[in-house]
Amino acid sequence: MTVSSLITVLAAEEVSVPIQLSGTTWPDFAWLIPVFPFVAFFVILFFGKRMRTSGTAVGIVAIAASLVVSVGVFAQAYLHPGFVEEKKVILTPFGDGRLTLGMKVDGLAALMFVIVCLVSLLVQVYSTSYMDGDSRYTFFFAMLSLFTTGMLIVTIADNLLLMLVGWEIMGVCSYFLIGHFWEETPNSNAAIKAFLTTRVGDVGFMIGIFILFWGAGSFEFSTIIERAESGEMPRNFVVAGTVAIFFGAVGKSAQFPLHTWLPDAMAGPTPVSALIHAATMVASGIYMVARLYPVFELSGPALNLIGVLAAITMTMAALIALVQDDIKKVLAYSTVSQLAYMTAGLSVGGYTAGFFHLFTHAAFKGLLFLGAGSVIHAVHSNNMSEMGGLRKYLPRTHATYLIGCVALAGLPPLAGFWSKDEVILDAYYAAGFGNGPEAVATSPIVGKMVFASAVVTALLTAFYVTRMYCLTWLGTYRGKGHPHESSTAMTVPLMILAVPAALAGLWGSPFWPDGHNIKRVVAFAGQAYHAPELVPVVAGTSVALAALGVVVGFAIYGKGLPRRDPTLSMGLVTKTLERKFFIDDLYLHAIVRPTRSTIAAGSNWLNQNVFDAPPNLAGKGAVLAGRAAYAVDQSIIDGTVNGSGRMSYFTGRALALVQNGNVQAYATGMFVGVVALAVAFAAR
Amino acid sequence: MHLVYPTVLASLLFAIGVYGVLARRNAVLVLMSIEIMLNAVNINLIAFNAWLQDTLLAGQVFALFIIAVAAAEVGVGLAIVLMIYRTHESVDIDSLTELGDAQGAPRGTDRAAAVAVEAQVR
Repeated sequence: MTVSSLITVLAAEEVSVPIQLSGTTWPDFAWLIPVFPFVAFFVILFFGKRMRTSGTAVGIVAIAASLVVSVGVFAQAYLHPGFVEEKKVILTPFGDGRLTLGMKVDGLAALMFVIVCLVSLLVQVYSTSYMDGDSRYTFFFAMLSLFTTGMLIVTIADNLLLMLVGWEIMGVCSYFLIGHFWEETPNSNAAIKAFLTTRVGDVGFMIGIFILFWGAGSFEFSTIIERAESGEMPRNFVVAGTVAIFFGAVGKSAQFPLHTWLPDAMAGPTPVSALIHAATMVASGIYMVARLYPVFELSGPALNLIGVLAAITMTMAALIALVQDDIKKVLAYSTVSQLAYMTAGLSVGGYTAGFFHLFTHAAFKGLLFLGAGSVIHAVHSNNMSEMGGLRKYLPRTHATYLIGCVALAGLPPLAGFWSKDEVILDAYYAAGFGNGPEAVATSPIVGKMVFASAVVTALLTAFYVTRMYCLTWLGTYRGKGHPHESSTAMTVPLMILAVPAALAGLWGSPFWPDGHNIKRVVAFAGQAYHAPELVPVVAGTSVALAALGVVVGFAIYGKGLPRRDPTLSMGLVTKTLERKFFIDDLYLHAIVRPTRSTIAAGSNWLNQNVFDAPPNLAGKGAVLAGRAAYAVDQSIIDGTVNGSGRMSYFTGRALALVQNGNVQAYATGMFVGVVALAVAFAAR
Repeated sequence: MHLVYPTVLASLLFAIGVYGVLARRNAVLVLMSIEIMLNAVNINLIAFNAWLQDTLLAGQVFALFIIAVAAAEVGVGLAIVLMIYRTHESVDIDSLTELGDAQGAPRGTDRAAAVAVEAQVR
């Protein structure tokens, strides 16, 4: 029986697609993309330490190979918008369903491949210099490769279970990498916090998977979407399933109320923050919702919930970012806020807008984090109060960082403006203003809420970005030592990322050829399309507010750190912001402490006294049985052996008395014996 | 003549020989007692030869054999007794226990050797 007959292979089960590519093309090899880093992970883990480059070359070559295939796949997606390629291997049938291992490659996945592979490649190159001399250097690169594998599995998956596999791989890698410097307690605590918080969301994710499977009878995206659209899946399953599964995205993408782990995750090395906690992993929640978007579109309550949470998250995180001193914390809260823009886009029917923002955000936030890493590397501090005036010392980092800042602030024509504008525009239409191109399931009240918070957040974002920029780069240097520009391995990735951070937005602008812009490429089959547009009221408002934020920021911080930082001198408001709206305190007192003092103690007692009782009893029984066996062994078994020896000894001694050398005694014995024999014979 | 006379005579002679072997301390007397026992047997052989009227005279032939063997035996035995007398200046059979088990040996260097062997055994 051969192995191949164990697995039923449904070679190239082509699903009806709007556009079918003829012949063998790049997408046929898309499955290779996650395979390369997966192999690299094992090679680095087992052989990395023996290599001259400590395994970094393996990871970089593997991800570069993945990038080549990704670009090939992406070229197909770009040239033929709307193509879908699905292939699957049936692992095992069960009941009415079947467990498959499959890939679904379309424009959305193709773009995600490029983002993940590009950022991962640049981060790995950057890390060769940034992490140089670290005691767990090889392990760090193995984890980066494994993480990339997880993200690519999430991207390529054609069903929810496979996506869950990648999702959990990322979770565990995130845990290891946040806690990379685990020698210091706050770092390992941050890792545990991130792991447990995202786990809370994952419970929702699992429940969502089960509900959708229950309703649709399949884990595959295509089937779930088809059954939901045709009405085969009951509406309450659609609503419950989407709400539950969105909870997974809330955890992974750090949305209110589970956002608290992401700022703490900055305890990890900065390249990790760039790759995992800005560009890719946190975006996977958005990606997951995007994958199932046709189902979400049918679920008004889920969209409303997403909208409300997004509105709260983006404003709250932007406000907290105002008072941060740690440069990475500013970027972390900014990430939470920008992720909320993406979910906001999803909530108001702007699926393509949300994903467009994911794309530009990955470029400019990856750039900003790597730039911040370069700065931290130079001044050996995370605190902006110990920076300032670095423009002179790190010219190349400064130029790229400035591009990232302008892109994040949302000033045209850099990337952030275009994607943010698309999100705000979709919210504008969903709120009931203007003449929207399509009706969405979101309620207009939620639409208005999202629109208002998006506009306010645009102002706040511009302000905190300017504050961060000025405190870091302008004024005079306030730290210790002499900062110096980072090595080429660190600055070149910055320069490469600066290009998409500056220009990527044009792809989604009205100036790009209509047939090939991002909204066409990432749209799912059958989605109503409307071209990118600039509505003067909306675009004008967001640019004006961003410009206002920048001008105010420069007025306050343009000459370096003012004597009294206005954001830190607002009394109760500052205190509220510094305590992060008391959410961490709430969790500490409402969840962590009670859990630790009562539930943990109770379960400890239960474990010690109830669950451990049978094993303890068994152990005691074993000890007694052992003692008994020892006694038996000593007295009976050994006794027999020793006794036989002792008996022959004493018998010998007794018999030796007979052989005393007196010949007449022998003769007496002989005679007695003969007489006895004679008597015996006579008696017969 | 009835068979009972020679057999009773032979029994008495044999009993005297057994007594001599078991009870006398002089080695020469022990040898002599052995001769008495042999002759008791000879009497039995002759008597039963006559009683059974054996045509081959096997009893008489055996008796002659025994006389010859006994003569040779006494020769060897007396030579040994003579050598014992020369080495021990005594022919007291009770004191000639060197060939017995060491434990039973009353004196001499063998005692120490016996103690050593015993220690090894333990």
